[in-house]
Amino acid sequence: MSQEPAIVMEGITRIFGEDFKANDSIDFRVRKGTIHALVGENGAGKSTLMNILYGLLSPTYGTIRINGLEKNINSPREAISLGIGMVHQHFMLIETLTVLENIILGDESTGPFGRLDLSKAAEKVSALLKSFRISIDLNEKVENLAVGVQQKVEILKVLYRNADILILDEPTAVLTPQETDVLFDTLEELKSIGKTIILISHKLLEVLSVSDYITVLRHGKVTGNLKTSETSKEEISVLITGDEFKDSLQQEFRSAGEIVLEVKGLSVLNDKKFETVKSVSFELRAGEILGIAGVEGNGQSELIEAICGLRQMSSGSIKIDGQSIQNTTPVSLIPSDKLKFAMVKEYDITGNILLGRQNEEQFSKALAINYDRLRRFSEQLIEEYDIRPSDPDIKIGSLSGGNQQKVVAARELSKNASLIVAAHPTRGLDIKASAFVHGTLLKQKTKAVLLVSSDLNELLKLSNRIAVIYNGKITGLFETNETNEKELGMYMTGMRTMNNEL
Amino acid sequence: MPHWNKYLNLSAGPLLSIIVAMLIGAVFILAIGHNPLDVYYLLFSETLGNSYGIGQVLFKATPLIFTGLSVAIAFKAGLFNIGAEGQLNIGAFASAWAGFTFVSLPWYLLIPLSILAAFAAGAFWASIAGALKAKFGSHEVINTIMLNFIALALVSYLVNNVYLVPATIHTPGISPNAVLARFDIITGLFKGSPFNISFLIALAACIFMFYLIKITPLGYEITTLGFNRNAARYAKMNISRLTVAGLALAGGFAGLGGMNFVNGYKHYFEIGFSENAGYVGIAVALIARNNPFAVIAVAIFFGVLEYGGLTINTMVPKEIVTILQGLIILLVISLSYLFDKKNFRIKHSPAIG
Repeated sequence: MSQEPAIVMEGITRIFGEDFKANDSIDFRVRKGTIHALVGENGAGKSTLMNILYGLLSPTYGTIRINGLEKNINSPREAISLGIGMVHQHFMLIETLTVLENIILGDESTGPFGRLDLSKAAEKVSALLKSFRISIDLNEKVENLAVGVQQKVEILKVLYRNADILILDEPTAVLTPQETDVLFDTLEELKSIGKTIILISHKLLEVLSVSDYITVLRHGKVTGNLKTSETSKEEISVLITGDEFKDSLQQEFRSAGEIVLEVKGLSVLNDKKFETVKSVSFELRAGEILGIAGVEGNGQSELIEAICGLRQMSSGSIKIDGQSIQNTTPVSLIPSDKLKFAMVKEYDITGNILLGRQNEEQFSKALAINYDRLRRFSEQLIEEYDIRPSDPDIKIGSLSGGNQQKVVAARELSKNASLIVAAHPTRGLDIKASAFVHGTLLKQKTKAVLLVSSDLNELLKLSNRIAVIYNGKITGLFETNETNEKELGMYMTGMRTMNNEL
Repeated sequence: MPHWNKYLNLSAGPLLSIIVAMLIGAVFILAIGHNPLDVYYLLFSETLGNSYGIGQVLFKATPLIFTGLSVAIAFKAGLFNIGAEGQLNIGAFASAWAGFTFVSLPWYLLIPLSILAAFAAGAFWASIAGALKAKFGSHEVINTIMLNFIALALVSYLVNNVYLVPATIHTPGISPNAVLARFDIITGLFKGSPFNISFLIALAACIFMFYLIKITPLGYEITTLGFNRNAARYAKMNISRLTVAGLALAGGFAGLGGMNFVNGYKHYFEIGFSENAGYVGIAVALIARNNPFAVIAVAIFFGVLEYGGLTINTMVPKEIVTILQGLIILLVISLSYLFDKKNFRIKHSPAIG
């Protein structure tokens, strides 16, 4: 190919603080009209590199050429004017506005006296939809859209600003298998009309199925530039982790023990007093992992909160170890949003280990917290879970996401509780950290684990049984070895449901 | 050594902003035709240049330490206590009431009783706002402001109708056994200034708050609630109880603030004695970033402004002094964030809502 590459980043180095090289002389080239995957563990430097390209960070050294011309990109605004657009992992949509309003937000065309001219914008967006063969109702409010459709709106926002180069950060993290397929079709469509796409991901199977080229980063350096058609999952794994790391964990069949958790006819209201868990029943035995599959927002968080005694039930019963739950019943809870619910980022590791355990006798007397014991306990957990940096006095906010998660897991799993509730325990974690968390959950042979996730691979790998929750009801319950992703996906999106009540 | 750096960094913002504020104040002073150097020289020499001035500054600072702590501890729990003014008045009245009611008690009983009465009354008053928030979710800012009006009207009613001394606006005098001694009598220093033992109670209160926050389970729960309400809920902390407790402690601290005047100075409760110390406490806590020891330093700075304002009254009109004070407070609060190297801590201060 003689054509100029869309992006050439050369010798990109970015130093944080004194000498931490998040990017270390990275060369990164992306050909026009290709889908180029950027893979690597958390902290490998993917986000830093893309933030440099998108103008959010400036490189300490190095040059960037866009379509053959050297450019300094100092802000996202400049990146956008160069035709570079970014779709973030966390959507930046305003839920109460319509699709159209969200798309034009920040780039509104106005009529006389600053009046918003929606009709002109609607024309332009409709033309976009047509040319990319995307169908979506522009007047629908974003809050009424499924996650996969919201993501399309994000992509449209970028296209509306005439982007030729699209950066997608972990776009499939929140999608069902069906939605992922649709997304990849859209990406292929965009590619076919000449758009260039950079896909940040750590899901290797997806990367292999959709990309043309792959660049692997490790510890801030490029460890591989590969043509997708000429590589394999194994080769990429080695480049990512630096060794022959094999994630061979798998749920084994185990004989289940006593019933630990018994949920009967449970209904729960959310904060707005809508019934979001509707007459749910199931039981869970010691040594068993029960997966709860579902698209987010189908009642999972209310279900979890009710089981953990954090939310009142409107009817039904919950028993743990045969006893109706009370406020003091201990449950190990790893919530889905750790930063929001499971840690205080201003506290050090020690302070976070205490969170939720401040009433345990070993840590607290009436007038003083036993900080000596707490510190020793924290040091023990830091070692056991290999938390880095291993300093109990460091603020948890300055730890990487993986290590923050380890702190939460260490605290919760070291509790004296017979039930573990884990929601998206590996969200945002890299391969090694995920494997560690999975291994830890699989090790809990005497405890019962309720695993709530929208990541079907994770559920299929770890669970003995999988229940699907849709619209607050359990619509399917499967032995893990008798089902598959496609089938679960159908139940998750409400296309299928089991007739018999559970 | 690294600790020194930390404190230097923390105080750099407020110090720099005081300097800028004084520079801008200088422009005002020039505008009314005075030499700012003369005015500032007088301000500092009269406040910090002699033992009487220092006594006056510390006397003015004492109630501000209490109200500063009051606002600070509420902030720690994520609550905005605008009600220190009312709590201060209620507490002061309670202290006076104990002093003129239990006149026969010896000092070693009466003084602790007065302290207890002041603390308990302030705590009770603030916990009304806490209970309303915990029970009905009504915002503590509104609750505490409204309770200020009620508190001021209530003490005014009590002084004018129940415990009246004809032709005055104060209560009967307290027992000599309830008096907190003046330092000029004890030590001979600070001659003529009513600077008194309640300053030591204020220092003790700072140590108490430090201990409470750092060491006790209650303090841990309060700060957790302040930093991350959701995490507090998930940690099964009793948020209603903590809301009431946080405001009760705040009210208790504010309630003690009146003893400086009642037990240390005039020996009776007088309407209007507080001179807005409750509101100034908000500024004290903000600049001190809710640190109990920084509250002492900031309160003393405000003491310099308050007493210094009186000393330069001879050169510049009273209104200019007030403008200058307000300007300095405003600038210090705004600029200390600007000058703060690890910037934009604003998000750490509790959101209203």
